[in-house]
Parts: sequence; structure tokens; C-alpha cells
Amino acid sequence: MTAPVERPASAIWDPEHECMRVSALRELQLERLKKVVRKLWKNVPYYRQKMQVVGLRPTDIKSLDDVRKLPFTTKEDLRLCYPYEAFAEPLDKVVRIHASSGTTGKSTVVGYTRKDMDTWTNLVARFLVAGGLTSKDVVHIAFSYGLFTGGFGLHYGAERVGAAVIPVSSGRTERQIMIMKDFGSTALVCTPSYAVYLAEVMQNSGIARDALKLRLGYFGGEFWTEQMRREIQANLGVFATDNYGLSEIIGPGVSGECVYQDGMHIFEDHFYPELIDPKTCEPVDDPGRGGELVLTTLTKEAIPLIRYRTRDICTLRTEPCPCGRTSARMSKVSGRSDDMLIIRGVNVFPSQVEEVLLEVKGTLPHYQLVLERCGALDRLEVHVEVSEEFFFDEMKKLHEMERTLERKLENTLGIRPLVKLVEPKGLERSEGKARRVVDKRGAG
Amino acid sequence: MKVKQLSIFMENRAGRLAEVVRLLGEAKVNIRALSLADTSDFGILRLIVNDVEKAISTLRGSNHTVSVTEVVAVEVPDKPGGLASVLDPLSASGVNVEYMYAFVEKATDKAVVIFRFEDAEAALKVLAKAGISVLPAETVYTL
Repeated sequence: MTAPVERPASAIWDPEHECMRVSALRELQLERLKKVVRKLWKNVPYYRQKMQVVGLRPTDIKSLDDVRKLPFTTKEDLRLCYPYEAFAEPLDKVVRIHASSGTTGKSTVVGYTRKDMDTWTNLVARFLVAGGLTSKDVVHIAFSYGLFTGGFGLHYGAERVGAAVIPVSSGRTERQIMIMKDFGSTALVCTPSYAVYLAEVMQNSGIARDALKLRLGYFGGEFWTEQMRREIQANLGVFATDNYGLSEIIGPGVSGECVYQDGMHIFEDHFYPELIDPKTCEPVDDPGRGGELVLTTLTKEAIPLIRYRTRDICTLRTEPCPCGRTSARMSKVSGRSDDMLIIRGVNVFPSQVEEVLLEVKGTLPHYQLVLERCGALDRLEVHVEVSEEFFFDEMKKLHEMERTLERKLENTLGIRPLVKLVEPKGLERSEGKARRVVDKRGAG
Repeated sequence: MKVKQLSIFMENRAGRLAEVVRLLGEAKVNIRALSLADTSDFGILRLIVNDVEKAISTLRGSNHTVSVTEVVAVEVPDKPGGLASVLDPLSASGVNVEYMYAFVEKATDKAVVIFRFEDAEAALKVLAKAGISVLPAETVYTL
């Protein structure tokens, strides 16, 4: 067995703000919230109209709780404002433009003023330092550089910390490994799935983890599990932390884990978090049980957003962290509210099913959730394709696998599904993309 | 002494078995023996064929899940009590049979039965000691 990875020493980039007394933090948030609402009212007709529809004026915001009176902003709003209508500053004040990928429609365009760039860079520096980075590190950035905020965001943040930054960008895995080896990269920045893939390629080419000097890994941009973290840490020898962000809010740098790897600290002096029930849009009673994350930017100049619905599902905790930071911590994102299914009154996310399948099988098989209504009851079937890695010649073992999956899914989901093994390619695919959910409840 | 058997995962739907045997037929693979274990949802089709490699590549090529299992082909006297005479020494020695099925037909005084044992090595020892004849793989593929 390879040695376990070492937890880096705890360090804080901006102690004044990251460890602020909570009462002072609330004051600062309120002051900034009032300012950003006034600015939007004055500079962004689209948002002013939204406020007027609900009969709200900037002076109505007197406490932090008043944030709940403000209308939400959605991705759809940003599409309607394409490209620049949501901007609160003229283009001559804007020094950078990024855009989201736009897989489900027109992309959303975001801008940064010089001050926004400085804020963003510092926030990335915050989570890099929180995860153990120092100026002695050599940071290997395998995020793509371009309209996507990941590459440039991490690049400037790591430079700000004083580390040596290698802007490798994405792709060409063999070359990535060669550069890590030859340049002595100590910190890896990429998506968690790419980290898993890198480790596989290394294994297949007979490159031991000790051939690299990697010690830190910063993974974000997609859904991943604790199981993946353990694998990445063991196979790459990095201390792996999660970070969270979205281009609409600022890019990476909304929140990030510290060396205690127990939830991502939200940089609350810049972003005000709320959790809502995605169906009713009301605040959740118990943030520890989870809800959709809603964020208000408190300091953004070029494109401030009020109550932006991230569609990301997570939990929030406010108890103190041993690192000394005082901000709320968010859990890993466990799903997307647009994927949420309500089955017998229980919220179910396909990503929860994925997590169980990954845990039981080691790899993610193709699967499909089939929902039916039997009488008054909803029934969930999970169809799992049987590939050769987990096909047994014994009926008994196949049945055992079905029962094990059912039990584990029940533990995770809170309802017991029926697991059915199906032949490979038995599941419907549309344009190469798997159709994960078939809801037949409306039909009958 | 062990024979390679193909196991194919199959959903319990009309036409699945027909498709598999048609594919093998088109590839000129001859099925020597078969058994189908099934439940209401899925089944396992077990086959002894004359050309194992070709059968595997044909089936995998059309997205079937196939695994290879080692089984033992035992010659059984084709008369009343014949099978019992094979099973008795096995059970006396505590060797477990996971499943078994008979070869389709054979025009001699002996029948051939395919056994899947929990512990094939132990089973082979018991059978040898009892003087029961076990067929070599090459013989089975071309029976």
C-alpha cells in the first residue's frame, strides 16, 4: 500500500474577512446588500421592472431577512438579457468577459470590472490557501482556458498566492503526465473525473504515483463523491479538496474546503447564501436537510445578481470550523433541482442513485429510473445494465446484487426501489446521451 | 478435464433466446448443449459450443454480456439409477453441485451430463476415485 496523504498545515489568506465575527459579518452583508440593490435599481432596467412588479423599492430592504422580499434571478432571466442587458456597468468599465457553455440554450454572458477581477482573484487565492497551497507550489492547471471561467480563474488566483503556475489547459493526457513529471508539479487543478482518468492512464503506463511530486489537488466543476476523493487521494497522492463556483456568480471562488475537508466555506462577505425548497421557493426550515442554493452577490460590479437560483442542491451548516473561519459551510452538491423527482413525497436525485451504484460496483453502469403509478402509490424501478465486470454465472449472486442495491438505495433515498438487471444497450439512449429518467406517472 | 461453458445474461423478453441462437448459427457456431435458468425478470443461458472463441466474439460484438465458466462433463450410464451412481459418491464426499444439465442426445449407452461444482478440483478427485469417466474438453466440443 502507498502511504496515506498528509494533511497540509492550516492557513488563511484573508483572516480579517474569513474569520470575521459573525455579527460584524452580518452588518457588512446588510450594508453591501442595500448598496447592490440600489445599484441594480438604478442601472439595470430589467431588474428594476422585476422589483416594480412585486411593488418593492430599494428602501424596503432594511434587514438581511428582507432579502426574501426580492425577486429571484434565474438562468432564463440571463438568457433574456443576452448578451449585455444584465450588466450594471458600461462596457468601458468591463475588462473581462466569460460565458457559460450553453448546452441547454443560448450561453449566458458575464463581465468583470477591474475591481471584480481583483475580488475574484483574491477569492480563488482564499480557497487555494485553505486547501494548503503556498508560494512554493508549482500549480498545474488542466482546466480549459477560454470562455469557461475555470482555467483563468484558478490561474490568476494561484499567481496571486505566489505559486509557479503552469497553464497546461485541458486534453492530451500523456503530455499532461510528462509535464507533471518533468516540471515537478505539486498541485493539480482539474475536474474530479479527469483526475480519476489521469490516475488510470498513469497506472496503465506503469507510472507510479511517486514519480510525481503532486501533493495537492483542487477539484471542482462537477459532481463527485467521497468515494472518488478517497480514490484520487490514494492513486495520485494528493490531498484533495472540493471547491465550488459558477460563472453567473463569479466563477470558481464562491466556496472551497479547508484542510479539514468538511464542507466548503462560503465566502459570505461577497455572497449571501440561502437555501430554498425548489418546488415552493420558500426558505427551508432546516438547512442541514438540504435545499437549492440561492446566492446574492454582494460586491460584484459588472453583473451583480440578486437571489440567483443555482439549481444546485446542498446542505448548509453554520457551526464553527476548527480552521477558524466563521462562514457557513456548504456540503458537496448532491444534485440539480431541475433533475429532482418527487416520489411518494420524497425528493430523489439521479445523482444519489449514481453515488450508490458507484460505491457498490466501482464503476458507473448505465442505469435508468422508471417511475410508475400503481394505484395510489408511486413505484420506482432502477434498471441497471449488466456488463461483464459484474455478471456472475450464478443466479443467486445476481439476485444478491439486486437486493444489495435495493437496500443501499433505500438507505440513501429513503424509499425502497425495485432494482432490475437489464441487458447492455437495453436502455434507451437519445443522440448518444443516456436518458436517465422515464416518468410514466402522468400517462395513466 | 474442464470444459469451457458460456453464460449469457438475458432479459426475460420474447425473442431474446431466438436472437442469440440465430447469431451463433450465422457465425457457424454449433451448440452442443444448453440450459436456461430463468426468473420472472432475467435468465442465464448456458451453452457448450464447438468454437468458444468465435461464439464469444460474435455475442460480444452484438452487445451481449458473456462470461466463461469452467464445468465438468461426466459420462453417465444411460440406464435407471445411472445418474444416482454418479451423484452418490459426490454427496458422500460433501461435494456440492451448483447446477447440472444433460447433453441433448447421444446414440450410445452413455449419456453426458454437464456439472458445475462449487469445488471442481475436489469433484474431479472424487469422480476419478469412483471410476467415473470425465470427458476431456476437446471431446465435448466435438460431440
